[in-house]
Amino acid sequence: MTDTPSNSLVERLSARFGGTLTISIARNEVTAELSAADLIAVTTALRDEAPFRFSEMIDLCGVDYLGYGQTEWDTETVSGTGFSRGVEGEAMGRFTWADRPRDVTQPRRFAAVVHLLSIEHNQRIRLRVFCEDDSLPVVPSLTTVWPGANWFEREAFDLYGIIFEGHPDLRRILTDYGFVGHPFRKDFPLIGNVEVRYDPEQKRVVYEPVSIEPRVLVPRVIRDNADLMQAKAEAADNWREN
Amino acid sequence: MQEIRNYTMNFGPQHPAAHGVLRLVLEMDGETIVRADPHVGLLHRGTEKLAESKPFNQSIGYMDRLDYVSMMCNEHAYVKAIENLMGIEAPERAQYIRTMFDEITRILNHLMWIGSNALDLGAMAVFLYAFREREELMDVYEAVSGARMHATYYRPGGVYRDLPAQMSQYRESPWHKGKDLKRLNSWREGSMLDFLDAFTADFPARVDEYEELLTNNRIWKQRTVGIGVISPELAQQWGMTGAMLRGSGIAWDLRKKQPYAKYAEMDFDIPIGVNGDCYDRYLVRVEEMRQSNRIIKQCIDWLRVNSGPVMLKNFKVSPPSREEMKEDMEALIHHFKLFTEGYGVPAGETYAAVEAPKGEFGCYLVSDGANKPFRVHLRAPGFAHLSSMDPIVRGHMLADVVAMIGTYDLVFGEVDR
Repeated sequence: MTDTPSNSLVERLSARFGGTLTISIARNEVTAELSAADLIAVTTALRDEAPFRFSEMIDLCGVDYLGYGQTEWDTETVSGTGFSRGVEGEAMGRFTWADRPRDVTQPRRFAAVVHLLSIEHNQRIRLRVFCEDDSLPVVPSLTTVWPGANWFEREAFDLYGIIFEGHPDLRRILTDYGFVGHPFRKDFPLIGNVEVRYDPEQKRVVYEPVSIEPRVLVPRVIRDNADLMQAKAEAADNWREN
Repeated sequence: MQEIRNYTMNFGPQHPAAHGVLRLVLEMDGETIVRADPHVGLLHRGTEKLAESKPFNQSIGYMDRLDYVSMMCNEHAYVKAIENLMGIEAPERAQYIRTMFDEITRILNHLMWIGSNALDLGAMAVFLYAFREREELMDVYEAVSGARMHATYYRPGGVYRDLPAQMSQYRESPWHKGKDLKRLNSWREGSMLDFLDAFTADFPARVDEYEELLTNNRIWKQRTVGIGVISPELAQQWGMTGAMLRGSGIAWDLRKKQPYAKYAEMDFDIPIGVNGDCYDRYLVRVEEMRQSNRIIKQCIDWLRVNSGPVMLKNFKVSPPSREEMKEDMEALIHHFKLFTEGYGVPAGETYAAVEAPKGEFGCYLVSDGANKPFRVHLRAPGFAHLSSMDPIVRGHMLADVVAMIGTYDLVFGEVDR
């Protein structure tokens, strides 16, 4: 193992926390996965202990892994009628609220991702906590460790419906007063559920079901990484001369 | 005995000192703040969700509209995240151009801040002075991208195009004529770099002008010295970055500590404050303008003598030239695929951060290998700063809240996203 700052951080982490963290390192960024039960103990240690001193919580956000790796355009296999046309599937922007993709029970859909920064050691770390229950995602609140987590957790609650246990004031923050649903969930349509307009007869603003149709201009597609490998090869030798 | 009770006041969302659409619910005891509860989200557009529904390149324009006074720095974070995941790097000239425009953007932002903050606290003239210089830098934005504000200039793999060889000039009009026209065009005879060179030579004197209006101004000091004091511990607890952190005496700047683009090669200093009050943050930002000016000058000198490509020649991420498309089938196919489908970004996740004028602007990007991002999260400095409003303004007077909003340097495009 080469001696980069990230590698030495990984060593310190595994020496201190052992099996509590599942650590991976990619692009010089350290990611540690841990269970919700350990979160408070681990983050408090990361903040206070001399080898870590992650004094700032830079970012916290929710992630919804529903539909991760799903595409609308099958480029691997061909059927009797040819390749698929890229108009199927239930990716973002394709559906209305009525025919939203049903919760295909997949294990651990929601996660909270936290980014920490150590000013003393000039180091970053990413922590990921998956929520055990998809229908009621719960994560302990970090507001007792960093008060600055307050709004970030409110945002993750608002947009993903992740409940932060022990948060002093878990209100919606970005959406409208009285908004229904959690808009950044993958089964929430891009066009939303309701639209607003001023009704001159009732002399007030009224909410109505959306009148626009969902549409997608560019289908979501995952191509074989040959794409990028070829690009690298092209960059290496000037392919136009070949 | 007379009955005394607290009352609640609604500050904004249409208050001129609320810098956009901040609704601040203040619980007050006389003129003293007992509790402040900022309501944000009035400008929420779901940028992150929109980005999930579009190919990577089509969301660059959304980044401009987040913090709409530091446009190119936002682009930089997003583009850097994509480049991280793809494992590509922009050519050297593009990196210098990015460094230069990040600093132009920083000056643009700080000019906006000094103008509006002074205006909030009762100094009208600074605003007019600051906007005079902003106009010149806006012209640079326009020269290079065609748009004064929402440039969409940075792309994964470089920048959209090279710097123009000729700076555009004013035409004669009922508003600009005679001596005035000649003065306006005197810097614009040569290339864009000539124009910027003239600007950087002149700008320190202009900063002196703002300082003359404010730094020793009695009223300005009464409104800012000792107001909104943030201790270094408090700043770290609340996730503060940028001038808010440096004002409290912590020398933390990503341009120095985790250099990106060409900052490692630049010679500049990081100003820090001592007391952590509004006045120190004012001094820090003014000095940052001078330092940015130094960086721009160094970039100009390099860009003058070094030519080269400004975009990666990799047709998977950058389009081929029109000329090539006309004679080369392969180039035509690449062009078609790039603009209809975009490019796939290898599966993985990354967090890319830049030192935006307001603090650390970060982009957390998750890709599952598709041509659209799976999740984009934008870490806006203003969001973290504003959340600390309540503990900081408690016990202050109502007028100090205005000073505090000014010193946070808030733009609701990024807070609400």
